[in-house]
Formats: sequence, structure tokens, C-alpha cells
Amino acid sequence: MANMSLKKNEMPHQDPKVRARNFNEVALGYTPEQAVDEAQRCLGCKNRSCVAGCPVKIDIPEFLAFVAKGEFEEAYNIISRQSSLPAVCGRVCPQESQCESKCVRGIKGEPVAIGRLERFVADYHNANCKELPAKPESNGHKVAVIGSGPAGLTCAGDLAKKGYDVTVFEAFHVAGGVLVYGIPEFRLPKAIVAKEIETLKALGVDIRTNYVVGRTISIDELMKEEGFEAVFIGSGAGLPKFMGIEGENLKGVYSANEFLTRINLMKAYRDDSKTPIYRAKKVAVCGGGNVAMDAARSALRLGAEEVYIVYRRGESELPARAEEVEHAKEEGIIFKLLTNPTRILKGENGMVCGMECVEMTLGEPDASGRRRPVVKEGSEFVLDVDCVIMAIGTSPNPLIKSTTEGLDTERWGGIIADEDGLTSRENVYAGGDAVTGAATVILAMGAGKTAASAIDKKLMNK
Amino acid sequence: MYKIVCKESLNPTVTKMVIEAPAIAKKAQPGQFIILRVDEEGERIPLTIADYDAAKGTVTIIYQIVGGTTKLLDSKQQGEYISDFVGPLGKPTETEGRKKVAVIGGGVGCAIALPVAKKFHDIGAEVHSVVGFRNKDLVILQNEFEACSDKYIIMSDDGSAGEKGLVTDALKKLIESGEQYDEVIAIGPLIMMKFVCKLTKEYGIKTTVSMNPIMIDGTGMCGGCRLTVGGEVKFACVDGPDFDGHLVDFDEAMERGSMYKDFERHAYEETCNLLNKQVEC
Ligand SMILES: Cc1cc2nc3c(=O)[nH]c(=O)nc-3n(C[C@H](O)[C@H](O)[C@H](O)COP(=O)(O)OP(=O)(O)OC[C@H]3O[C@@H](n4cnc5c(N)ncnc54)[C@H](O)[C@@H]3O)c2cc1C
Ligand code: FES
Repeated sequence: MANMSLKKNEMPHQDPKVRARNFNEVALGYTPEQAVDEAQRCLGCKNRSCVAGCPVKIDIPEFLAFVAKGEFEEAYNIISRQSSLPAVCGRVCPQESQCESKCVRGIKGEPVAIGRLERFVADYHNANCKELPAKPESNGHKVAVIGSGPAGLTCAGDLAKKGYDVTVFEAFHVAGGVLVYGIPEFRLPKAIVAKEIETLKALGVDIRTNYVVGRTISIDELMKEEGFEAVFIGSGAGLPKFMGIEGENLKGVYSANEFLTRINLMKAYRDDSKTPIYRAKKVAVCGGGNVAMDAARSALRLGAEEVYIVYRRGESELPARAEEVEHAKEEGIIFKLLTNPTRILKGENGMVCGMECVEMTLGEPDASGRRRPVVKEGSEFVLDVDCVIMAIGTSPNPLIKSTTEGLDTERWGGIIADEDGLTSRENVYAGGDAVTGAATVILAMGAGKTAASAIDKKLMNK
Repeated sequence: MYKIVCKESLNPTVTKMVIEAPAIAKKAQPGQFIILRVDEEGERIPLTIADYDAAKGTVTIIYQIVGGTTKLLDSKQQGEYISDFVGPLGKPTETEGRKKVAVIGGGVGCAIALPVAKKFHDIGAEVHSVVGFRNKDLVILQNEFEACSDKYIIMSDDGSAGEKGLVTDALKKLIESGEQYDEVIAIGPLIMMKFVCKLTKEYGIKTTVSMNPIMIDGTGMCGGCRLTVGGEVKFACVDGPDFDGHLVDFDEAMERGSMYKDFERHAYEETCNLLNKQVEC
């Protein structure tokens, strides 16, 4: 008999007051009892609308059925047919707008907590299965993967499992992409990402850090001189945007990428870190996405007294995951919605001493269907802050495009690829944020999978 | 891990290191830089490529011990390894078509200016090098510069090496004496570059400067290295490091460069203490 409770089981969390000052993971995960109980809320309905909501079509009712029976390893096997990063996706996917939004239990009450259960199953597997996979026999074909974010890691893993000799080229000194430099420890512990990388290495994937493709080596050199038969570009969308307002180059103004990289990748939050970070008292973060929430909550954890999210649209337009917004609020982040920065004010020694803003109202819907914010006349005011973090989006880095002849891109920089991930260059594939612009982990992972299977087909039919 | 194949002290605070990095050595060009991390816990710092040898697979860096990281780097010896070494980053210096140039180097900036001077010399341009140091003990790379310069002038603050005065004094004299340069390349402290540019602007001589702001990734991903050039925001690591000196907002660059001064001083002292302790035990 299904569990007919209208509410999903709460997932234990660190207390907001405590966690607002540490970098440990916020959510603590279900216990096996909580997981079984929650999974029993699934009605196993025939039309499987949740699967339709999942970008990579995980067989959700099947894995939930195993969880409901307490057969967690079996549940894991179902998920891993479609997902190579369940411990990551269970934590960072916007489930409320994907699988869970389609759940029939959500019509009257709350949907089944699919994301929390995915996370539980993956954590259970990681805790209980210490064995690393064996390296498959080589099929003698060489593939290069550029970038080690979710797209690159997934593509590399899938190909390695099929026996390809895969080399991943990563510009940074560690692999993981946004998962290590962007998303903070308190939301995605780095040990989880490290474990994924270990698995890849066990499969025989050669990860070369400190390799900037386009500088250290070009795609043409990889193919002509190094003997790679195909290349997958998963270089992400790492180029930060700025607003172009006065005062943006003052000291104390960061791009979210810089701020988060200093904290996550370079561990600037630790007292023994060699990388400096400015520990501000009052911080304004401009933007309303996951990146903005992460920056704001990180600033708080560095010891800021007041942290503002400054966003030009309203609450319901915030692009961040609902859970992150909720967590941010619980921790005391102050939301200045319908507010737009116009100028950053200069104080002593070129430091930020405030940010001038205007209030907005929502007008007619624009091309994206969202109501367009319009400035409220005479509403200027100054927000008293000593640090400003710009989290208004990123676009793909032009480095690869500019060093690869014949690689077509959109005007805004996205690499043009067909549904298999094939670009305008033969045997060169691309996927993830490098193609779509800043999107999600699951979409990047899905693109890596699709390209891996297309590369396999292409090279096997040679 | 990247091996230190040779280490040599050039003056009391400036050291030269040759690092084994074949992939970078193969691609390096004058004006480009690398980013390194000394050890697993280290900070990422940019250093300009002072020389490279594709055949031997080595890249030479020259650094001044100014903070915790360079102090730590300097504690490494020949035969030891550093964790990370990535590059070549940034755009190479443009040298094509120049017939006569003045290369101005200030202090450790000479290490960056040398490969540029060499390159100009190699393509057959007439090279006048003007270098400035505080005093004679700090002079570096004199033989190397002399070997690739048609004129070599040393200036020092106290007159103990070459003439007493600033590089701008020497440059002004050269220009006034009728030397006509296609381009002036100035590499050194921001304040020196600022004044060289002020001077050359008066004479309408194209001037290129090499900027070295705070960096993390060196690939255009953080924006920490941003500068204002001709009213536009540029990322030094990908759009530079060379820029038209007459367009650079030096005052802003100087301000931005001081962002972590206190932290750096502290890190330097900490590293000194740590290294001293290691020596004691
Ligand atoms: C702070 C933050 C929070 C986020 N939160 C969420 C979330 O909660 N949920 C969610 O689904 N998504 C989230 N995202 C988005 C998600 O992380 C990305 O969509 C996803 O990581 C994209 O994966 P990718 O593999 O395409 O690229 P990336 O993860 O960006 O990886 C690209 C990699 O390529 C490397 N690279 C780039 N250029 C080169 C080159 N020339 N040579 C070699 N290597 C190169 C980069 O260093 C990087 O490691 C967040 C993003 C950020 C920044
Ligand atoms: S160093 Fe990060 S963008 Fe230049």
C-alpha cells in the first residue's frame, strides 16, 4: 500500500544559524527508513510523466520501486543506466521544474522527493561500494575530451567503458569544471566529485590538467599530430559578464566566477589558504540564479554581516533552484527584488563604498515570455555595501573557437552542434554549456552521453 | 609535476629557473606567460616566459621574491619539482614589420623585456634597450641585453650603474637626439610604464606596455585581471598582456593591484617564518 502522506519527508539539515557560518554540507540526506518511507509515496503510475520531465529519462518509477523495497543497490543500477553522476545530480538538479513538476502526487500535495531519493541511493552506493571498476580492454581508438566538467567527464566515462583510450585535457590544475570551482562545498562536497574522477581514472581515462586547448595545444594538433580520431569539446561557459556600469572595476567588485573560484578551488575560506579573498562586511550580489545564491551564501560564510541579493525581476522569476532560494532566506540573505544596480560608488583607496540602485516594476512580457522590468522614475537609492559580486551570467570562452579553423559558433559564442553533438568540423563534437550557454549539470551530462554514443558509432563504422 | 632543471640567482632578490615543460616550450612566444602553483596548497601566480627552448623542452622564468608564493618558490632547488605549470598564456608580442624600436625595461621587468628585444633583433630590427635599476647590485641580464641590442643604456637611481636618472630621462634624450622609433615597448613597474607612455605620447610614438595584474586562471574565466583600455574593459590574460600604452588607465590598474597588499605582506612573513622553522629543525 502506498504511503498517502501529502507531504514529502523532510530531509535533515544543518541548523540555518550554524550552517551560515561554516562550509559543511547543508543538507544531510535521508536515513534508509526515511528513504523507504518516501519512496512508498510513488504510485508507480503507468504514464510515467516524471520520466518525461527528466532530461536524461532516468527510469524513475523503477528505481523508486527498488528503494521502497529497501533494495538500494538495485535502485542504483537503474539510475546509472542513464546517469553517470547521480550523487551530483541528486544534489544540484532543479527537480522542481523537471521530474518532480510532473509527479501526479504534486497535484494534491507535494510530489515524491525524487531528487532526495536519487541522492540517497547514490550516497548509499558510494558508502557501501568501495570497489573501483576494472579497466576495459582497449579497442585501440584514441579520443580527446576538452574540459572536465559534467559534459566532458560523462563523455570520457562512456567512451572508456567501451574500450576507447580517452585523454581529458583540463585547463585548471584539478578536474571537475564548475563542480569544483563554482558550486560550493556546502552544496556539493568536493569528495563526491573526486570520487567520480577516481572512477574515471580506474577506467583508464588519462586526465591531463594544466592543458589549455587553444594555447598549450590546438584541436588540429590533437588530431593531426597526437593521433586523436575524434574530439569532444566540453569547455563550458566560463566567460563572466559584467553590467557595464560605472565603478565595476573598483576594488571589492568581483565576478561570481572569481569570488567562487577563490573560495572553492583555491580554498580561500580556510585560514591556512595561500589565496587571498576580501572578507567584506556588507555584500551585494547582483543576479538571481544559482550562481548568485552560491556567491551570496559563500559571502555570508566568510563572515559578512549583511548580504543582499539584488535582482531586477520578482520572486517568481528567480532562476535559481527553489531549494537554494529557500536555504538562502533561512540563512538570512536579504532579497532586494525588483531592484537594479546603476552605479558602484568609490570610497577610500578605490574600494567600493556603496551601490546606487533603482526600483523596477514589471511591464509587458518580452520575447522570453517573462514580464520585462521597467525603471520606476525617481526611485534611486544607495545600498550601503563594501563589496559587490556580479552574477549576471556567463558565455562560452572564445579561445577554442578562435584557434580552431572551421568551427562554427553562434553570434553569442555558443558552438553550433547537431543533435548528436557534431560540430561543423568532421569528428569534432561538442556539448554542455559550451553549446547551450550556461545551463544545468544534467543537460551537460546528457550532451556528453549523446556525443559519446555518436562518436562510438562514427569510429566503429570506419 | 614539473622539474626544476636549473636555478640561478641573478641578484639578491631575483632568481632564474629553468623548468621542464615540453608542451609549453614548443608553443611559447615572446610576451606570453605561464601560471604556476608551487605545491598542492599553493596559490596560482602568473610569471612571464623569459626564455624557452623547444628542443630541450624547457621554459625559463625569472622572478623577484616579493610575496609568500615567490618566497616559497625560491625555497625549491634544482632537481626538485613544482606542482603546476600551465601555458603559454596570453597573446605574443607583435613584432612584425618593425624596423627600429626602443625596449624599456624596469627592474625585474627586464626579464620580460629581454625575449621581446631578442625577437626584434632576430627579425632584423634595430634595437635600443634602456634599462633601469635602483642600484648596481640589482642589475640583471646585462650580457644578454647587450648581445641583442644595437644600443644599451643603463640608468640607476643612485648612479652606481650607468647614468643616474630614470629610464624616461634616457629615452627622452634618445628621441631628442633624433632617433626615430617605430615603436617603444615598455615593461616594468606600472609607474614606470605610465611615465614612459606620457613621454612617448608627447612625441606621438606608438607604445606597447605589458600588464601584469592579479590573475587566477589566465584563460578569461574570472575577470580578476580586468583593466580599462581606451574606455573599454579588457581581460589582461586573454586580450593582453600587451596593450597600447596610450590607452591604458594606469591609475586604475595601480589601485587594483593593491587589493591584497596586506594579505600579501602577511603571507610573505608567514612563509618566511615557516621556511626558517624548517631550517631550524
Ligand atoms: C556557481 C554555479 C552554480 C551552479 N549551480 C547549478 C545547480 O545547482 N544545478 C545545475 O544543474 N547546474 C548548476 N550550475 C550550472 C552547471 O554547473 C553547468 O551547467 C555545468 O557544469 C556545465 O557543464 P560543462 O561540462 O558543460 O562545463 P563546465 O562545468 O563549465 O566545465 C568546463 C571545463 O572545461 C575547462 N576548459 C574550458 N576551456 C578549456 C580549454 N580551452 N582547454 C581545456 N579546458 C578548458 C574548464 O576549466 C572547465 O573545467 C551552476 C553553475 C555555477 C557556475
Ligand atoms: S586571470 Fe581570470 S580572467 Fe584573466
